[in-house]
Amino acid sequence: MDFMVFQYPMISVQACLDGILLGILFALIAYGMALQWGVMNIINIAQGDLVILGGYIAYFMYLYGIHPAWGVIVSPIIMFFVGIAIYKLVINKVVDRDLFISILATFGISILFMQLMNFAFGADVVLANSDYGTTMLFNSNVVLPNSKIFSAFISILFAICLVIYMKKSKLGRAIRATAQNARAAKILGVDTEKVYAATFGINAALCGVAGALISITFTIHPYMGLPYTIRSFMIVIIAGLGNLPGVAMSGMGLGVFEEFADYILGTEFRIGSVFLLLVLILVYRRFKLSRKREYLK
Amino acid sequence: MNKNNILLYSGILIFGIAAPFLFPAFKVQLSILCVLIVLATTWNIQGGEMGYNSFGNILFYGLGMYLCASVQVGMFFPLAEWTESGGEKTFVHTPAQFFQGMAVGLIVAAVVPTIVAGLIGYSILGLRGHYFAICTLGLGVAAGEISGGIEIIGAGQGFTTPPFPDVGSLESRGEFFYFLSFFVLILTFIAVRGIYTTRFKLILNAIRDNEDKAEAMGIQTMKYKIVGWMISAFFCGLAGGIMGGLVGYIDSTDVAFDGREMGVFMVLMAILGGKGTLWGPIIGATVFHIFKEGFWTFFLGWQYVALGVLIVVIVIYFPEGIMGWLREKYPERFGEVVDEKDRKAQVELK
Repeated sequence: MDFMVFQYPMISVQACLDGILLGILFALIAYGMALQWGVMNIINIAQGDLVILGGYIAYFMYLYGIHPAWGVIVSPIIMFFVGIAIYKLVINKVVDRDLFISILATFGISILFMQLMNFAFGADVVLANSDYGTTMLFNSNVVLPNSKIFSAFISILFAICLVIYMKKSKLGRAIRATAQNARAAKILGVDTEKVYAATFGINAALCGVAGALISITFTIHPYMGLPYTIRSFMIVIIAGLGNLPGVAMSGMGLGVFEEFADYILGTEFRIGSVFLLLVLILVYRRFKLSRKREYLK
Repeated sequence: MNKNNILLYSGILIFGIAAPFLFPAFKVQLSILCVLIVLATTWNIQGGEMGYNSFGNILFYGLGMYLCASVQVGMFFPLAEWTESGGEKTFVHTPAQFFQGMAVGLIVAAVVPTIVAGLIGYSILGLRGHYFAICTLGLGVAAGEISGGIEIIGAGQGFTTPPFPDVGSLESRGEFFYFLSFFVLILTFIAVRGIYTTRFKLILNAIRDNEDKAEAMGIQTMKYKIVGWMISAFFCGLAGGIMGGLVGYIDSTDVAFDGREMGVFMVLMAILGGKGTLWGPIIGATVFHIFKEGFWTFFLGWQYVALGVLIVVIVIYFPEGIMGWLREKYPERFGEVVDEKDRKAQVELK
């Protein structure tokens, strides 16, 4: 336990800003999860591993001398096709089955990806250096790497583009119709199979963007996927499906929580505190819902 | 119990007792098999019969493992110094101390997880469906991460369990752990078989089929769910305690709270054999263990890739498991009355 963060206000400011910038990235991943959950009713445990895979694409560009920021464009394109391949091979067989089956199947995909990435890229913690420098604020008491600001900006840009695309385009309308009522959409001539594939592809592409940004700002490692899945799941259940401002807000909240947990409890408890928070939130939600049920009685 | 059953059970019992002498090279593998069967069978109580698919039984398994080893050490020596010395044998258990410690340790390892399950049960078991699955997954990982930060049980560097004392021949360690795990297996089987003949099992099935209706029929579902989970936790803790002694080394995320291996294995074994049957998890665990050991030996390094593919294939193509497949093929053997006309009509429809 270390309460330095409360004794020196500047550290709190640092933690808050770091957390918000981090949280915007989480919100982007959570948006993808909310999309596929809402449309296909699938909880994808492999979400985090898709993020890490996207990160490795950017990292490889960096290794071959291309600036990793271009990964933001390349990685979603590759990940889109990876997502469609996963959908065609596995997900389309579990879409209308029991939810637990889809959780277990995606858990299998997650283990598979983890290990394949471990083989292909090695078990080292890597990061793609972007050379963006840092920004000093408040008399250089608060230090913000420019890469974090860049990644937050790009995430917001992608989120806005996606929202507009969902509202305006034909595919976006088809996706929203399928989310509302898959059977009715099918009757009215929407090719739901295609819509599902596209949804999963878009989700994977979002993960690709987020992964590329994470490889620039933080570090990536083949086994770091599951925490990202849990974070995005948590953000979605706090915000609710189809509530975009909520997703953004709870993403930032989670980011700030994590930074403070990091300062107060120490870095070794950071992931543990995220998982504990998940359990606490689910338990809180359960008591809230049960109270509602009693009220109805 | 009819004559066939008695023959079957005594056959298995005799085979179980003779196995370590017939296959002396596979003693450790056989003990692990016993532990796996215990885990799969008890996962089935709340996963298969109650319909609450948990990824978190690994919590009780790991808890039991740590508790058994810590009690075994802490009864005779200072625990902090033991973990600090790591693998070096500063303190040596005498045989009497070892077995005494193991006995007390196993009792603690079984009782404390049961209490923990009872305490958290009320809040966790109120969750339904996938929320429950994800919540328990989170619990297991959180336990692993947190125990990896606690100094007194070795933190990140692991915890060496007391080495087996010098009694009898070199073979005695394997035999001891084999018979211990086999005894726990028999205990589990008798307990589970007993439970499955009572009204309790029917209530669990009612919860699985439709919880709201079960509640409307006047069953206090929460009470039964918690008891079901506590039974699971009891045997998971025992299995964990034995496994800790068998492996000889406890690491927070790789051995004890190993959600990526053991936590998934128990779910997978139960599904492979057939959820919601008595013999399904046993068959599933045996098949899985043989397959796994074969694969692990010949394709070293690719085991997790194989595991991932295996999970996907089992889940997509055999969600009913081996017992479900047999049941569909030979319904008469399972005491189901089949109308021949109806069966023919179905075949024609296909």
